[in-house]
Amino acid sequence: MHGSGIPIWFFIGVLLFLYGVMVFGYGLYELSTGLYPQGVQLTNLHTPIWWGGLLLLVGVIYLVRFRPGRIAK
Amino acid sequence: MFDFFSGFPAAGSVTPFPALLAFNTEPLAHLRLLDIAVIAIYFGMVIWIGFYLKGKSNTSEEFFMAGREMTAWVAGLSFVSANMGSLELMGWAGSAYQYGILATHWYWIGAIPAMLFLGLVMMPFYYVSKTHSVPGYLDLRYGGGARTVAALSFAIEMILMSGVNMFAMAVVMKVVLGWDITFSIFVSSIAVALYVGLGGLRSAIFNEVLQFVLIWGGALLVPILGLYQAGGVTGLKTRILTNLQTMSGVNPDSYLHLWRDTGHFASNPMGVHWTGIVLGLGFVISFGYWTTDFLVVQRVLAAHNLRAARMAPIIGSFFKMAVPFIVILPGLLGLVLLQNADGSRRQLVGEDVVAACTLNSASQPENPAACIAAMQKTNLSPESKQKVLAGGADAELHSYNQALPLMMVRYLGPGLLGLGITALIAGFMSGMAGNVSAFSTVWTYDIYQPLINKKGSDSHYVMVGRLAIVVGVLVSIGAAYLVMHAHGIMDYVQALFSIFIAPLLATILLGMFWTRATKLAGFLGLMLGIIFSAGLFMWVKLTPSALATVALSPDAKPMAENVFRALWAFVFAAVIVVVVSLLTKPRPVAELNGLVYGATVLPKEEPVPLYKNEWAWAVLVVIIFAVLNILFW
Repeated sequence: MHGSGIPIWFFIGVLLFLYGVMVFGYGLYELSTGLYPQGVQLTNLHTPIWWGGLLLLVGVIYLVRFRPGRIAK
Repeated sequence: MFDFFSGFPAAGSVTPFPALLAFNTEPLAHLRLLDIAVIAIYFGMVIWIGFYLKGKSNTSEEFFMAGREMTAWVAGLSFVSANMGSLELMGWAGSAYQYGILATHWYWIGAIPAMLFLGLVMMPFYYVSKTHSVPGYLDLRYGGGARTVAALSFAIEMILMSGVNMFAMAVVMKVVLGWDITFSIFVSSIAVALYVGLGGLRSAIFNEVLQFVLIWGGALLVPILGLYQAGGVTGLKTRILTNLQTMSGVNPDSYLHLWRDTGHFASNPMGVHWTGIVLGLGFVISFGYWTTDFLVVQRVLAAHNLRAARMAPIIGSFFKMAVPFIVILPGLLGLVLLQNADGSRRQLVGEDVVAACTLNSASQPENPAACIAAMQKTNLSPESKQKVLAGGADAELHSYNQALPLMMVRYLGPGLLGLGITALIAGFMSGMAGNVSAFSTVWTYDIYQPLINKKGSDSHYVMVGRLAIVVGVLVSIGAAYLVMHAHGIMDYVQALFSIFIAPLLATILLGMFWTRATKLAGFLGLMLGIIFSAGLFMWVKLTPSALATVALSPDAKPMAENVFRALWAFVFAAVIVVVVSLLTKPRPVAELNGLVYGATVLPKEEPVPLYKNEWAWAVLVVIIFAVLNILFW
């Protein structure tokens, strides 16, 4: 985006960061308590941990890379 | 979107999906607090974006064209995202379940060549003419008559489609989550009216990019986990061949080939011939949609320069080629992995069968005779039929269109399920917002300004545009309730697009590439083409046996009808434009600069390195496209 202040990528970073924290956090809760949702398949893969972690990582990268005020090259 | 095969393309049945409203059954999924929080954050984010962008949408150029300052990436993602509504995701996953890999044609040959053509060949004319809309281009090329016909058709179609989208979302939310229809309609309407009304096209585009990321973030896990469980691609193929052996009348191998079995209508599950795929889908329908539908073209017109405008569809085409991974693959995986609670394979059926076998409060079929008759048409195993008629737990049937939500429920736990549902909601809202923002532009620039008030100030037109969004949303709500109470209307609303787009394509292509095409020819070609196309639609509607004539074979399925109807409407409109042009006086070539190929001097673009050159990227797209088609031949 040119000349519109906060770029869309920053908004995406915020959203992915929040979702990453929530999903990753739930994954940790699942792992620590051993309580897994009924009826959901492949819980042994601990999907919320690695998928939530990925969302969190991408979110942080976007937040830093596209933070408001950072001058685009 | 691509709704011209009906919002839920997999339906292909007598009863449209509003029949699902008759259900009195448990929702597919139950959301936890974490899922609700994920959805609430999404709504908060889209409204925040709308308020944030309000201050940047004060002039008409900013409000209607997003200031023409989008980068190629933003415009490209928005371009492809505006098309990725949830009806599309769920419908094509259902189609893949029903027809196999053939459904991929709608993503590859039904999109990629047209997207490249738009970027490389047509975009310069749209962009250089500085038009604000597709009817605006028709005005410059053919005059006010063609513009008015196109603008009115677009406006009516967009607002009704927005209503259909709204209603469809509400139905899906009711079936999947058990949410109240009115609650879903009003929450989504208020959110869309707020963020588009405040931030205009820029806000719609921002949210489409956001939605694009959400769809991948929410839906990508399903094929990954499904493939893992199925034993990879080899395991999936083996299971499809094994499972489908048990179903009569189907050649299991044909589910896995794109082209091999399209030499005869009857030799593939879709009942379509390769000529229909190439000419009807790959040319008329695809080019009509991707190059002339203002909903998608508007996104590219918002690019900040010509090179970005040309790159945007090419960038979009890479992502479009990848979409089958999150849409078609889950459908195929559902074919072999979905299970009932007792571990038996869950077989999905058409909406009409689901509606006929609706269970009563005692979990027994309400009308056993109707249910038996409906199940006779399916490939359900005798055990499955018996289970349905016996009632009780596990007796409920699910439709093809529920393949994707069922797969989500199978693999996604708390939080992740909320993300998947948010992806579906985002898709619906994006579809509504796209239609409403395009409606606002067409209403203001192509109807209000030329026909009602030519001398308004810039701020007056922005006010009219904002008002059009509010009115558009209100009319959409009305359309949603109309569809709810008169289900048959849905077929007609969804047919509007397919009726209109083929004559429009013929008129625009001849106008853009033939200097001889005249004003009267453009008007008559568009007008009579629409009437002809509508006539073919009504003929088949009133006389179902006419399908064999329109689609060239008695074995043709409803989907083939859309493809061939579009082809005939294109040919008819093109003949009208050519004949009338030859009988009337053309405009001087000098007047066509910026509008027609051969009469336009395109601005010289600065040379760029190969990795920034649109032609180089287009060649790469062509290579990948060819490899994919050969790989899945």
